[in-house]
Amino acid sequence: MGAKVVTITSGKGGVGKTTTTANLGVALARMGNKVVVIDADIGLRNLDVVMGLENRIVYDLVDVVEGRCKLRQAMIKHKQFPELYLIPAAQTRDKSAVSPADMIQLTDHLRPEFDFILIDSPAGIERGFRNAVAPADEVLIVTNPEVSAVRDADRIIGLLEAENKGPGQLILNRVKSDMVRKGEMLSADDVTDILAIRLIGIVPEDESVIPASNSGTPVTLNEHSRAGQAFRDIARRLMGENIPVVPVDEPNGFLRRIVKLFVSGNDG
Amino acid sequence: MSGFFERMLGRNAPKGSSSKAKERLQFVLVHDRINLPPEQLEAMKQEILRVISKYVRVDDKKVDIALQQRDRDSLLVAEIPFQKRREREEPEEDEIEGKPQLGDETPPASNHIEGGESGESGSKSRRNRR
Ligand SMILES: Nc1ncnc2c1ncn2[C@@H]1O[C@H](COP(=O)(O)OP(=O)(O)OP(=O)(O)O)[C@@H](O)[C@H]1O
Ligand SMILES: [Mg+2]
Repeated sequence: MGAKVVTITSGKGGVGKTTTTANLGVALARMGNKVVVIDADIGLRNLDVVMGLENRIVYDLVDVVEGRCKLRQAMIKHKQFPELYLIPAAQTRDKSAVSPADMIQLTDHLRPEFDFILIDSPAGIERGFRNAVAPADEVLIVTNPEVSAVRDADRIIGLLEAENKGPGQLILNRVKSDMVRKGEMLSADDVTDILAIRLIGIVPEDESVIPASNSGTPVTLNEHSRAGQAFRDIARRLMGENIPVVPVDEPNGFLRRIVKLFVSGNDG
Repeated sequence: MSGFFERMLGRNAPKGSSSKAKERLQFVLVHDRINLPPEQLEAMKQEILRVISKYVRVDDKKVDIALQQRDRDSLLVAEIPFQKRREREEPEEDEIEGKPQLGDETPPASNHIEGGESGESGSKSRRNRR
């Protein structure tokens, strides 16, 4: 038993991994889960600022791995949610300071005490990616509805399959429904057709995301934000709730919802 | 999913640049997934055809060899129709080498100017092989 280890990765950089990790961490904690989020992007530490915890860092992931501190000492407790912790990345080292085996060992120590361990993966397919994926029970692949991001997601999915970690589940982030409606942006259906993996969430492009990370309070704490709602829904799905994934704002949203219910009722 | 619903929701009609994005992605991923660029795939197809043609007569014009995706698996799907077996026909070396001769059954398209007897060249050409 114990925690489920969920790694958030993407291939392409800048598609929203850190934003997703912070929001899922907060959303899961708010629903009563014990959560640790780990920043595995060594050298490009970011999860701390997005979560508003940057000024409390004393030790980091590399300090733990190299035995300079106890695991507990590197775990920063969230201000608002006492059962949410962050293990920050080292800023001054590079990815070779940690190995996949280190990550497995670290998460094995944490598993008995937590419900979820979320790992924010660096972009790319190199060592940092392998570190982040090694301990994963489940992998979430974040992508944007753009050719290059989808192509990189496909590459990642292929690598995950080759390592028996696949295929993972997809988060489509930064969807602009008006562009989808005009046929100027790939829709969620297009992307899942192409990648042929399960979609666990669609997150709209949302202007409240940037102010949220400016202030270090993930957008999911904003009840009115549509992106925030999307992250809460993904968190629920991770907890095993059966919430259908529906692009509410797409053409014929209402009709489509009915059709989806009908169709998913058949193959459920 | 059901094509009927797709149509009812008007999602099959290509519009805007997104259909182009989808097409291009599908093309690029077919080759990414098997790590084989288009020219090499073409070379492989030709080689497969060459091997098969050593044993049976292939109807070149109807050959269809294509990479397909089934969920996340890539597969090579080949439809290679044989030419109908003709009476008393023994493939000969020179024929396989494809040296066109007057009255041969596969005349080069360029100097095909015999007026009046277009169309059914089959029976005629076969007869004067011997
Ligand atoms: N749904 C969204 N709406 C608007 N802006 C977003 C959304 N998701 C992410 N962003 C913005 O996109 C930028 C990149 O996001 P983020 O840092 O989470 O990506 P990343 O995948 O972690 O990047 P990297 O590969 O560099 O680690 C940030 O400025 C973030 O605020
Ligand atoms: Mg990041």
